[in-house]
Amino acid sequence: MPTIRIPSQLRNLVDGQRKMEVSGSTIRAILDELDAKHPGIKNRVLDENGEPSAFVGVYIGGEDIRFLGGLDAEVPEGTEVSIVPAAAGG
Amino acid sequence: MNKVLGLKCKECGEAYEAGGSHVCDLCFGPLEVALDYDYIKSIISREKIEGGPISLWRYVDLLPVDSGWDPNVRVGFTPLQHAPRLGAAIGLKNLYVKNDSVNPTYSFKDRPVAIAVTKARELGYTVFACASTGNLASAVAAAGMKAGLETYVFLPADVEAGKITNAAVYGANLIAVNGTYDQLNRLCSEISDEEDWAFCNINVRPYYAEGSKTLAYETVEQLGWLAPDHVVVPIASGALYTKIAQGFREMVDVGLISNQSVRISGAQAEGCGPVAAAFAAGEQSFEPVRQPDTIAKSLAIGNPADGNYSLAVARQTNGVIESVTDAETVEGIKLLARTEGIFTEAAGGVTIATLRKLAQSGDIGVDELTVAYVTGNGLKTQEAVDGHVSVSVTIDPTMGSFEDAMDSRQQADMVWSAPQVTTG
Repeated sequence: MPTIRIPSQLRNLVDGQRKMEVSGSTIRAILDELDAKHPGIKNRVLDENGEPSAFVGVYIGGEDIRFLGGLDAEVPEGTEVSIVPAAAGG
Repeated sequence: MNKVLGLKCKECGEAYEAGGSHVCDLCFGPLEVALDYDYIKSIISREKIEGGPISLWRYVDLLPVDSGWDPNVRVGFTPLQHAPRLGAAIGLKNLYVKNDSVNPTYSFKDRPVAIAVTKARELGYTVFACASTGNLASAVAAAGMKAGLETYVFLPADVEAGKITNAAVYGANLIAVNGTYDQLNRLCSEISDEEDWAFCNINVRPYYAEGSKTLAYETVEQLGWLAPDHVVVPIASGALYTKIAQGFREMVDVGLISNQSVRISGAQAEGCGPVAAAFAAGEQSFEPVRQPDTIAKSLAIGNPADGNYSLAVARQTNGVIESVTDAETVEGIKLLARTEGIFTEAAGGVTIATLRKLAQSGDIGVDELTVAYVTGNGLKTQEAVDGHVSVSVTIDPTMGSFEDAMDSRQQADMVWSAPQVTTG
């Protein structure tokens, strides 16, 4: 199963968990799955058009999903997904 | 009274206490420092600033720290050099170069780091860290070690040798990462979520970024309390670019000058120009660059945190964001050196090449009072000009050899090392 790292800004929605196992095979499926168990997550990660917010990066094995096909990017078995605030660096 | 009101989300406006945090808990928007300009206006004056230290700490009333932790480290108040020879070469009559390559670790990064290290100490952190494209590494290593903090510096493994040496010499923990800057920046964001460290461009970024405003303050003061008409600023993350714009606005907000309408233009490398590309296409937001490919490694940020804000600043101020090739960058480095005696790094070459491009296109008016920001030292990126500059001739230590060489020069009508100003 893939795992997902939860940034500190979202941990209050998932009972403080830092890392969770998920079963979805795309980012979209994983976000749906998380949101079903922990309502509100999807709204924080996606913008009003249902696309990833400009202020959040979503990564599969360290690669930005914007280079992998966006929300429909496949998440291989055993990889790590991370959600990372974008306002950093420089 | 306190000049710092707290932190505020740049997107949704949510207010936070002034702690070690950079992202809004509600919307993930970036946090920035909220200053009480009315209060600052009541305590600041040109005379007070002019009587202050010969460093960026003369502007402490506009900075989000109580005072500089070590006034003996002279950061900032770098020369604003009139540049008539460069101006003549590119067709500008009123040109200045802000030479910020002469800071303690030879780039503008000493400015934001001075604020970040001061704030890190104020907030009680014992570990200081950064994600760097190269210049920030040495600034953080030097400041962190001098401040007695445990210091961690992350930078891409493929940066220039000079950048590694310049960071390693201070003895900080230097961690080279196999990957692009954007990859290591993401890694550092994840680390900062787990470790209680002051990552200067992550969780203390709101304070760190404020340090770059001082480039605008100094420009105004050094011009005799006058805002320039047009500035050209390199864009990597866009933090420097947007903070220089903020700095000019604040000079008016606190009553130091009566008005300003500075056009803020930006410079990127073509091999990593997401903001310039979006500007040219008329877009509000940029598309990230996966694999930057430029000799200007300090500008090689494919996913610039302040890229969209930079686009807004350019449009609000009637500026232009342009990009240049590596070949133009090398010409820019040589042009600045040969006309004004300043050897800048590749990012400075990008700035000068962009300045030239904007002058030639008419985007910068011939008479506009223009300032180009040269933000890093050429000795750090000597690879950029390898093969482009060399000795003129090698002779034996005899007068005969010297005279032969001079004769052959005259016969061949050669010019060895006279300034060759390319204006084309």
